[in-house]
Amino acid sequence: MDTPVITTTDLRKVYRSRDREVTALDGVDLTVREGEVFGVVGRSGAGKSTLIRCVNLLERPTSGTVEVAGRDLTALAGRSDRAPAALRAARAGIGMVFQHFNLLSSRTVQDNVELPLEILGVSGRERARRAGELLDLVGLSDKARAYPAQLSGGQKQRVGIARALAGEPKVLLSDEATSALDPETTRSVLQLLRDLNRQLGLTVLLITHEMDVVKAVCDSAALMKGGRVVESGTVAELLATPGSELADELFPVGGQASGPDRTVVDLTFHGESATRPVISQLARTYNVDVSILGAAMETYDGRQIGRMRIELPGRFEDNVVPIGFLREQGLQVDIAPAEQEPAGGTAAAPASVLHKSAQETAAVSR
Amino acid sequence: MHPLLTQACTDTLRMVGWSTAVTVAAGLPLGVLLVLTDRGGLLRNLAVNRALGFVVNLGRSLPFVILMIALLSFTRAIVGTTIGWQAAVVPLSVGAVPFFARLVETSLREVDHGLVEAVQSMGGSTWTVVRKVLLPESLPSLIAGATTTVVALIGYSAMAGVVGGGGLGDLALRYGYQRFETGFMWVIVAVLAALVTLVQLAGDLAARTVGRRGRSGAPPRLRLLRSARPAAPSTT
Repeated sequence: MDTPVITTTDLRKVYRSRDREVTALDGVDLTVREGEVFGVVGRSGAGKSTLIRCVNLLERPTSGTVEVAGRDLTALAGRSDRAPAALRAARAGIGMVFQHFNLLSSRTVQDNVELPLEILGVSGRERARRAGELLDLVGLSDKARAYPAQLSGGQKQRVGIARALAGEPKVLLSDEATSALDPETTRSVLQLLRDLNRQLGLTVLLITHEMDVVKAVCDSAALMKGGRVVESGTVAELLATPGSELADELFPVGGQASGPDRTVVDLTFHGESATRPVISQLARTYNVDVSILGAAMETYDGRQIGRMRIELPGRFEDNVVPIGFLREQGLQVDIAPAEQEPAGGTAAAPASVLHKSAQETAAVSR
Repeated sequence: MHPLLTQACTDTLRMVGWSTAVTVAAGLPLGVLLVLTDRGGLLRNLAVNRALGFVVNLGRSLPFVILMIALLSFTRAIVGTTIGWQAAVVPLSVGAVPFFARLVETSLREVDHGLVEAVQSMGGSTWTVVRKVLLPESLPSLIAGATTTVVALIGYSAMAGVVGGGGLGDLALRYGYQRFETGFMWVIVAVLAALVTLVQLAGDLAARTVGRRGRSGAPPRLRLLRSARPAAPSTT
């Protein structure tokens, strides 16, 4: 789990046009470990698409290196614009799925899945066998003879995923794979990615602008802004980081104190602590009335991760002992300042809504 | 049918058939090269692209009658004569290759670049991209382009008749213009019209058949033949 599979070092990409330069990537260091699902989020124009396309060198970085599975792809690429055989061989070991599926309309579903195998020079019989297995894996065996135009968006993306897996890659790159799909289909495609990650030990690097995608499948995440990675880590690490924007967007909590003589406390659940019923213990042991102002919790592998904003009666001075108890339970406890500005949305709202409103605010301020 | 007419028809078909073969054989790779060597192409090479573009534009800018006469010595060097349908094939091909190459170029440019990237991400080479993506994906459009080219070649072939190429154009000129046998000339015009219509119908049908590929909706229907059955069975 801890071996790095994708490593980018000081990756830069500058687009030059006649009279101006646009820096799409400004020194990106990223490490994706074996077997994890890593999500890169950011607004459009943050450079995430350029980043993922640099990983298999569809886009040539201006400087910096990309290593995938221990091989320095930037060295394999050399100086020329064309992809030498060594780079092409390395690419065959990296699957990629696209926002607009990119299936060949002139081929059936089966033939689309066989395409990477044709490139690898696999014999016809073996290709058909592998394609059959893969279509089974993504639940589309009955569509083998259909053409892409006859499929729904979700089915097309399943074919895209089957095709990306045909060369038995260790790494799967997903370039906004669910952005063109409706929420229901998005969930099922993400579930498929999650299952493949678990069953095949596949390492997945995905980029998305939807926080929900990260919430649904990612072990780790990075936030990109203006061509830089500004935050990066596992979901638990991000939660443990005070002031983490990603954690805020993944687990937004809001809610105001109901009166002046109240103490508002933000609790962050990560790791072992989250398995115990801390709040009810607090209420019983200290006989305090706890009200929950807001919470954003998720359950991963039976453990709860997330944040909760609670309110205790009395000022901070009156609550030193209960707060001490919470700290003892291994929770991260932050005392909200008495006068605080609104948190920007209702607590129970899904993260994406908040994310969206943050985007809109940003759009207005630009 | 009048023996002269039969002979002329055969000559025209030979001229058009052979020059079509040469045109496709040379124009297709030329069109592919024009796309690949252009800015943003897989074999980007602006010098080669400009040179090819210049040659193609030169070929396209000359009126066919001039081209035919300008190429007389070239024709003689290749087929040994400047008379007859064999000789006409040379200027016909030279005139049609640039025309078809441009049509090929336009067709290939319409292929979604995402498909090219998908194949590149699988480790495909430039040749793989051409063979598995560019040509199959643009096939309906390429067939339509070839049809247009054949129709243009039939028109050119009539002109070739004027300078000794034989065929229907030659016959029409001799009987209609020099002998004032207007009736006979109209027969030839009708034959030419029928030939062009047949080529166009066949081309449309072929383009639609390969272009359907599972797209739902109405089966392909020819504009003139209302009762035409779909050429390929439904794929589901």
